[in-house]
Amino acid sequence: MRINRPVTQRQCWWLLATAVSVLAPLARQLPLWLVAAITGTLLIRGLLTYRQWRLPPRWLLVPLTFIGTGLVLWHYRTLVGRVPGIALLAVLLSLKLLELRVARDALTVVLLAYFLVLAQFMFDQGIPAGLLAVLSVVITTATLAAASDDRPPPLALVRRCAIMLLQGIPFMLVLFILFPRIDGPLWGLPQDRHSATSGLSDSMSPGSIAQLAQSDAVAFRVKFDGPVPPQSQLYWRGPVMSDYDGRTWRVTQRNIVRPQVPYLIDNTARDAIRYELTLEPHGQRWLMVLEMPDAPPANAGLTSDLQFLSNQAVRTRLRYTQTSVPDTAFGQDETPQELASALTLPRSGNPRIREVAATWRVQANSQVGAGDTAITATPAADALILKAAEEFFLRQLLAYTLTPPLLGENAVDDFVFGTKKGFCEHFASAFVFALRAAGVPARVVAGYQGGEINPVDGFLVVRQYDAHAWTEVWLSGRGWVRIDPTAITMPRRIADNFISAVPSGEPIPLFARADLSWLRAVRNRFDAVANGWNQMVLGYNAAKQREFLQNLGIGEPDWRRMTALLAGICGVLMLLLTTWILWQRQKLDPALRIWQNFARKLERRGIQWQPWEGPLDFAQRAGEHWPERREQIHAFAQRYARLRYARTTDEGKTSALNALRRALRAI
Amino acid sequence: MELFAPLTRLRRHVHERFVRWALRVRPPEPTPIVLTQRRVYVLPTRAGLAYAMAMVVILLGAMNYNLSLGYGLVFLLGGLAIVTILHTFRNLVQLVIRPGRVEPVFAGEPVGFELILENTRRETRPGLQFNPFMSDEEPVEVDAEAGNSSTAIISLPTERRGLVELPRITLTTMWPLGLIRAWSYLSPAMRGIVYPKPATHAPPLPWGGESAQGATRDGSGRDDFAGLRAHHPADPPRHVAWKAAARQPDSPLLTKLFSGAAAERIWLQWDDLPDTLPLEDRLSVLCRWMLDAEKAGVAWGVRLPAFRLEPGSGAGHLAEGLRALALYGLERAAP
Repeated sequence: MRINRPVTQRQCWWLLATAVSVLAPLARQLPLWLVAAITGTLLIRGLLTYRQWRLPPRWLLVPLTFIGTGLVLWHYRTLVGRVPGIALLAVLLSLKLLELRVARDALTVVLLAYFLVLAQFMFDQGIPAGLLAVLSVVITTATLAAASDDRPPPLALVRRCAIMLLQGIPFMLVLFILFPRIDGPLWGLPQDRHSATSGLSDSMSPGSIAQLAQSDAVAFRVKFDGPVPPQSQLYWRGPVMSDYDGRTWRVTQRNIVRPQVPYLIDNTARDAIRYELTLEPHGQRWLMVLEMPDAPPANAGLTSDLQFLSNQAVRTRLRYTQTSVPDTAFGQDETPQELASALTLPRSGNPRIREVAATWRVQANSQVGAGDTAITATPAADALILKAAEEFFLRQLLAYTLTPPLLGENAVDDFVFGTKKGFCEHFASAFVFALRAAGVPARVVAGYQGGEINPVDGFLVVRQYDAHAWTEVWLSGRGWVRIDPTAITMPRRIADNFISAVPSGEPIPLFARADLSWLRAVRNRFDAVANGWNQMVLGYNAAKQREFLQNLGIGEPDWRRMTALLAGICGVLMLLLTTWILWQRQKLDPALRIWQNFARKLERRGIQWQPWEGPLDFAQRAGEHWPERREQIHAFAQRYARLRYARTTDEGKTSALNALRRALRAI
Repeated sequence: MELFAPLTRLRRHVHERFVRWALRVRPPEPTPIVLTQRRVYVLPTRAGLAYAMAMVVILLGAMNYNLSLGYGLVFLLGGLAIVTILHTFRNLVQLVIRPGRVEPVFAGEPVGFELILENTRRETRPGLQFNPFMSDEEPVEVDAEAGNSSTAIISLPTERRGLVELPRITLTTMWPLGLIRAWSYLSPAMRGIVYPKPATHAPPLPWGGESAQGATRDGSGRDDFAGLRAHHPADPPRHVAWKAAARQPDSPLLTKLFSGAAAERIWLQWDDLPDTLPLEDRLSVLCRWMLDAEKAGVAWGVRLPAFRLEPGSGAGHLAEGLRALALYGLERAAP
């Protein structure tokens, strides 16, 4: 590329196509006014190219650049960070198109375009996005080729570049697998504004989980090492909520205070469950764990109420391996503060349930012989109260529904004694309220319950509609015990899935419906492909790389060995490609090839054939130098001349060629 | 600029030594020149360096944001870079170059050296750029057609009469992406003849006197047909008896003779010009005379010190005369 060659009209069209191909996939991420401005700029550039009008002068472009930058700054209040940075690059790219004068400008546009392809990946790395990016790369590369030679027709250029990219793919694969991976970030990521992600939130009010149940977005996927545990064991623990204001439950503990789990656990137990969980980004810090893990994942810890928190909000897909042991007792020596907060209730509200709870306390206390009036904490009585509460909830004939009616001021009373219809959050909320009113420490735990095995790849897929809320009750000597009030009234919710528990006719997500099995089969297939892509391509990080190389038998790979391996394989590939590319297919005429053999034979005798010599002239000269073979040489030359210059048929040619070969051998 | 002069000299010196080493044989080299793998060099261009920089930036971005597809992108671009090295290299390697014709020119006109490029491949080799060594001129760009020969004409300005040799040529290609530059040096033995510049204010042709024997100023004798004789290759084509040839296709060609052609003779002599006239000017005047005499259609001869050309006419005659003027008094005579 000669840097100073002016840009032609054809090259302008190429550059415009490049800009469109890299900017279009980003349009969804950029504010509307910016998309409109960029589209306008590109249209103007297209008009200028079409009419071959003069480009705007520099005194106009410089202020435009400042205005563009200023607008981006005004919109985002910053220029650092992912989205503002990309918006700025998009502005610069479109303005650079107005300044295409020489090949150097074209090169700038092309390199910016390559970078903007990377920018697409910051938002979406799915298979469709990847394919779209491949298209952008092909167009951008064709533009690069057109920048040095724009004469070939567009399709020929695209084809040539696509072939070159295909030839580059072996190198890409080797580098992808062997290039030493470093887990980012290399520097602190600027805090982006929250992008909308679905998932559990740090509070729970009536209806919030029922709303989540309308979404069939994947929350996380799990690969079990052994057999899949029964559905009723699949309690994926998330945020723990202790604080209640009469309507909404809230998370109180937000800081990691323990690096390790505070309970005794035997991870060599026979029923220990080993699994690898791939969590979709949800913008919060909770990590979903199966009850109860032996250790927090890397870069994570525990709060005092045993929520597993990541050090940073989960904004990218996160994968961790864990071992959980079901029925592990925990929290036997809970602190008094923790117990106190698990007893706190608003001072007023829900009088009826408080009344019922008081009777449980009185009866239980009398049964254990601790007096019958005082509402004092009597640990021995707590188990009896729990039993009474369970029986009470069963007797109330509560119904499970995705569309719970609205509740009034006294939400718990309205639910338990009035509407009697609710989703899991209603059950959990009412149950904890009742127990606390009776003086038993209890708290709400949110998370996911169950999941569905994808028969295509064997992964357990947990979706947003598997979101669930249950309770943990503290019993002296036993610690925190999981009680699921939904299961008390609706055992099918836990044994099977939530769809089977919901009355027919309710609006359940399309893909969750049991009657559309073919749709589910299609969905499972797509999901398996997407998951394979996530696991193998997107999730290929330093740890996976180490695992993979160890499986290949490369042992503990250090960077030196990997670099050597990388260089070796790339060298071999390069050699193969070089031989292939430089392979000269000798498409010589067979007669000419025999003539060359003849010339070589005589050359060994010291008789050099000169390219301008005709066959007969050369034979004359050669015969003088080598009189013993004069006749044979003449015979050969005459045959050759006849074959080359006289008219022959195809059959005649074959026999003439054979005769020529014989004549050569005779010399 | 003065400050950098030694540096520039040093650079040129180093470059010169490199080329000497690279060519391996002392110029001029035997032809045809085959660009073997060993004599084609490859380095990234400035655009290629910028591309590499962009790759590093993309790699850092992919690392920082843990973008697996970002790694994929940068490695794909890396693979493309490796492949483009090979393609650029391949565009030059195994090209065969033969010297072609060099038309004589008059001093002051550009002389064109014709190089014949033979491409035995089934693909065209586009964007071959020829440039004299270390020249900053815009190069000559040629596509070598698939399975065919193409020509590249390298133009050099001329100032003085004499022989002009083709300087060492740099053959460069940056095809297909402009990221990589593959080049080779050529120095085939090629020389062109530069005739003296015809004088603009020359004295008239020396008609009359002892030098013009029996010359008449009207050249009408040309049209008087005098008979036929066997054709010689040097005869002007327009004197061939084409009609006779068409009537009898198998008989040898004949040349028509004209009675007037031998009637006019003129001698162009070194001694006809004043001694005060400098050498080059004298040659310029003689050059002009030759052209004028040829145009007038007379038989003209030349007498120079140590050179004599019997009267005659025609393109070959003129070329011989002009060549004698071009090489007059030069140390290295014509080959």
